[in-house]
This record gives sequence, C-alpha cells and structure tokens, in this order.
Amino acid sequence: MVMQRPDATRISVGIDLVQVSQVAQTLARLGDSYVNRIWTPDEIAHCRAQPAIAAARFATGFAAKAATLKALRLNDEGLDLRNINTRLSESGSWELELKGKAGELAQAAGWQSWSLSVSQEGDYATAVVAALSAS
Amino acid sequence: MSSVTTQKIRQLLAEHGRLGCDVSTLGEDADLYQAGMSSHASVNVMLALEAAFEIEFPDAMLRRRAFESIAAIRSAVEELVGNAPP
Repeated sequence: MVMQRPDATRISVGIDLVQVSQVAQTLARLGDSYVNRIWTPDEIAHCRAQPAIAAARFATGFAAKAATLKALRLNDEGLDLRNINTRLSESGSWELELKGKAGELAQAAGWQSWSLSVSQEGDYATAVVAALSAS
Repeated sequence: MSSVTTQKIRQLLAEHGRLGCDVSTLGEDADLYQAGMSSHASVNVMLALEAAFEIEFPDAMLRRRAFESIAAIRSAVEELVGNAPP
C-alpha cells in the first residue's frame, strides 16, 4: 500500500504473516539447504543462538523479508532474500539492511528510509515494514 | 512433457502450496496467491519444484509473478529444464 502526502512524499507499508510450524517443518525437511538459501550468516547465528525458539526466529525473519519486498515493491525484481538482512539492535529494536541488488533497486526507486517492526506469539510471526521516499 | 509437468506441479502445490481449495479445482491461469498461497508457501513450492525437477531457480526468476499460476510455474520449469545440461 502506498500513500501520497500533499508534499509528494510517498509512504509505503508491507506486512507478512508466517506460521512458525510451517517453518519448523521445512527446517526439519530441508535443513541447511533451506536456511542457507534464505537467511544471512548473521541471521542464522541469531536464530540458532536459542535452539528452542529457532523456528520462531526464522519465521520472524522470513516475515520481515517478505514485508520488505512488499513495502519497497520489489516482489517482481528477482531478488536473493539474503540481500535483505535483519538485525536486532542492542536497544531491542529491529534494523533492516538492504544489500546488493535490493539496495540498488530501493535507492533507484527513491526509497530513502525504512523501518521494521516484528511480533510473534504462538504459531504465528508477523512483520511490518514502512518505507519513505521524497517523491 | 507439458501434461506430465502440469500434473506434477499440481501435486506439489497440493503438498506445499497450502491453498485454501483443492488444487484440482483451479484453472491453469488461476491466481495461486488469491487461492491462499502465502509468501512462505511459495518458497516451499519453489524448493519442492527444484527437488522434483532437478533444477535451480536463479535469482532472476525468483519473482512473485513466476509462481502466480500453474501456467506460470510450468513455463518457468520448462525453461529451466530445457536449459539444463544433458
């Protein structure tokens, strides 16, 4: 969804919902071939730091990536999801880093800043990304 | 090859697509996302297609549009199978 403010600033929002048990099933079925395809080494280390909730963390990370693609309108650009890196800051807030082609396309489209928020409870993880451009 | 490919694609969608309806009721151009396939389910479908057809989707083909219908998936699979080394 994109909103146009009177001063021509664009605001776009993306959201995604992931079922943790589905991620757990895929982890059990495919293991590292799945993990290494979707998540960055830093994300993998964060998820596996607490094995009991690894699936929930992977699910949250996936939701963040999918929400990012929606917010920045990159769903049809053919991107490696590892170009989108999520990181939990010391303050507890989530940071979103765009690398490689994802970063280039976001910049070319005029997106100047973005913000990520996540939540997880029970079998569901969700993420919302808001992006802002000057035009 | 197309009918066999289509049958296999329908099978994989039934197993991994988490659609809200029976895949046999969907036409080849029906929107799979509208039929309930989520972002993560589309990744599961992609991984299942790779294993079943012994192909690998390059980054350039990891587009939402490539998985939006049975026809779109078949087109992508046939392109990759056709490009595979003998």
